[in-house]
Amino acid sequence: MDERSSEIALIHKAQALNLKKEHRRQSFWVALMWLFGLITVSILILVVGYVLLKGGTAINWEFLTTPPKGGLSGEGGISTTIGTTFYLVGLTLLIATPLGVGAAMFLIEYAGEQSLGSKFLRSMISIANFAVETLAGIPSIIYGLFGYALFVSTLKFGFSLLSAALAGACLVLPTIIRTTEEALLAVPDDYRRGSLALGATKWQTLYRVVLPASTPGIITGIILSVGRVISETAIFYVTLGGSYRMPTSIMDSGRTLALHLYYLAMDTRAFDKAMGTGAVLVVMIILINLLIDFVSRKLTAGVRRVR
Amino acid sequence: MSGRMIADKVVKYILFASAIISIIIVLAIGFFIFRESIDAWTEIGVSEMLFKTVWRPGIDQYGILAMIAGSLSVTFGAILLGVPLALGCAIFLAEIAPEGVQAVVRPAVQLLAGIPSVVYGLFGMVILVPLIRNIDVPGNSGYGLLAASIVLAVMILPTIASIAEDAIRAVPENYRHGSLALGATKWQTITRVILPAGKSGIIAGVILGVGRALGETMAMIMVIGNSAIMPRPLSSNPLTFFLSQARTLTGNIAVEINYATGIHESALFATGVVLFGLIIVVNASARWIIRSQKYVEKAN
Repeated sequence: MDERSSEIALIHKAQALNLKKEHRRQSFWVALMWLFGLITVSILILVVGYVLLKGGTAINWEFLTTPPKGGLSGEGGISTTIGTTFYLVGLTLLIATPLGVGAAMFLIEYAGEQSLGSKFLRSMISIANFAVETLAGIPSIIYGLFGYALFVSTLKFGFSLLSAALAGACLVLPTIIRTTEEALLAVPDDYRRGSLALGATKWQTLYRVVLPASTPGIITGIILSVGRVISETAIFYVTLGGSYRMPTSIMDSGRTLALHLYYLAMDTRAFDKAMGTGAVLVVMIILINLLIDFVSRKLTAGVRRVR
Repeated sequence: MSGRMIADKVVKYILFASAIISIIIVLAIGFFIFRESIDAWTEIGVSEMLFKTVWRPGIDQYGILAMIAGSLSVTFGAILLGVPLALGCAIFLAEIAPEGVQAVVRPAVQLLAGIPSVVYGLFGMVILVPLIRNIDVPGNSGYGLLAASIVLAVMILPTIASIAEDAIRAVPENYRHGSLALGATKWQTITRVILPAGKSGIIAGVILGVGRALGETMAMIMVIGNSAIMPRPLSSNPLTFFLSQARTLTGNIAVEINYATGIHESALFATGVVLFGLIIVVNASARWIIRSQKYVEKAN
């Protein structure tokens, strides 16, 4: 009897030891995971902080409002590159938004329809979905090569805003399609049934009921795309030409902020000005992230109200 | 048929047309890039291009093996540095961090994803390259695989971390409860139950990260040195491999396309075909893994 209880005590002791060991192991790994989270945030603070602090000293009113002087010294400001950036963003989204929203509406709203029973249409839809996924994974330099071969050379648009915007539109198309699809899926089916029951046609239902209800989601997609175009460099490096002057038509060459940063750093080694340009870019990206956060919070608030 | 009924039909076909656009774009990209590269494949020869390491357009040498090696080496370096950090970050966000901390770390990861690649490149040029230049090895310029791998690791971190976090969160709550109820510690639950259950999503995230790494262009041009040579150790120490300069497939295209003509231009498009092929294989395998996992989940 005694022997047995001492055995049990031994087992208990071993178990307690084991548990202790496991807990010690757990504390170690959990601490390590905290460290990884901390490292990630520190990387962000390091990069953003450095660019903002270092670049901030180069930024003043004159830097923002005078055009670059060109030449090898990197003299001058960035006013025309800011202008070109907005010009290009506008043009790209003008092309991509209707196409993307239209495609998403078809893929979500019409794909399940009875009249689409035909095998051809159904296989088209699954191929289209596959194509959107493929587009999302294609690296930007490939879009650049494509834009260079088709728009710059074959169609003879030259190095221009038009060529760049068309190639850029291909880049952001999957983003707009996917976010719009999600927004459409979030609209309750009762809305559609209610509208159809009132005698509206499918298009009237989509246009007057479904689209307004999914606007915040679609806007999120558009803002995301704005961010993509602002940060994109590789496509525009091979399609936009790089003139530092303000473009006056869509057939003119130009230079976005990101592209200007690249030229400053690589061709003229004007690192101070490049940092200043980088700081402006980072501020824009932070603002865009805040805006997306704001809109998507509106979106979830809206959904809650509906429920 | 009334007017609005006709409008309804017309709109349907317009929307159908815009849905087809993505298919057309994918086909057009494949078509144009391949068409422009045909001259290079036929005149230079496929094996000549893919297996020769000398790229010197001036004397008509167009081997892209050095660039393939450069792209793969820098991707390998980025995976080595970035994956542990990204997975740690994903586990931290999904299982460990309290809400308040998540609310700081998650936007930080998102912001990392949004920062333009030229800004990372510039940071690399101004901070990393001078630091690496201090390593005392003959021929070390600071520019090279190490700087590029570090920059790239940071750039793929958000992709991998956010996909892996989603995969971990998708593991049913029952699994956690079951494991904890059996007396496992939280950490045992994470490593023995949750990570294996979310394995395929995590692997898919890593593969998509590889895809991003292979496709990154501007930041690589800025820090990798762009010498079109096979990367090799600078001294007898094999680790100095990472101090070697290199050039990526993407960089090869971007650096030279604006002034290339004739067969040289065609060879750059051929570089694009190789890159395109690599990316398609990488992304398709990620998709396949995600699909098969969904299939298994449905079966269960």
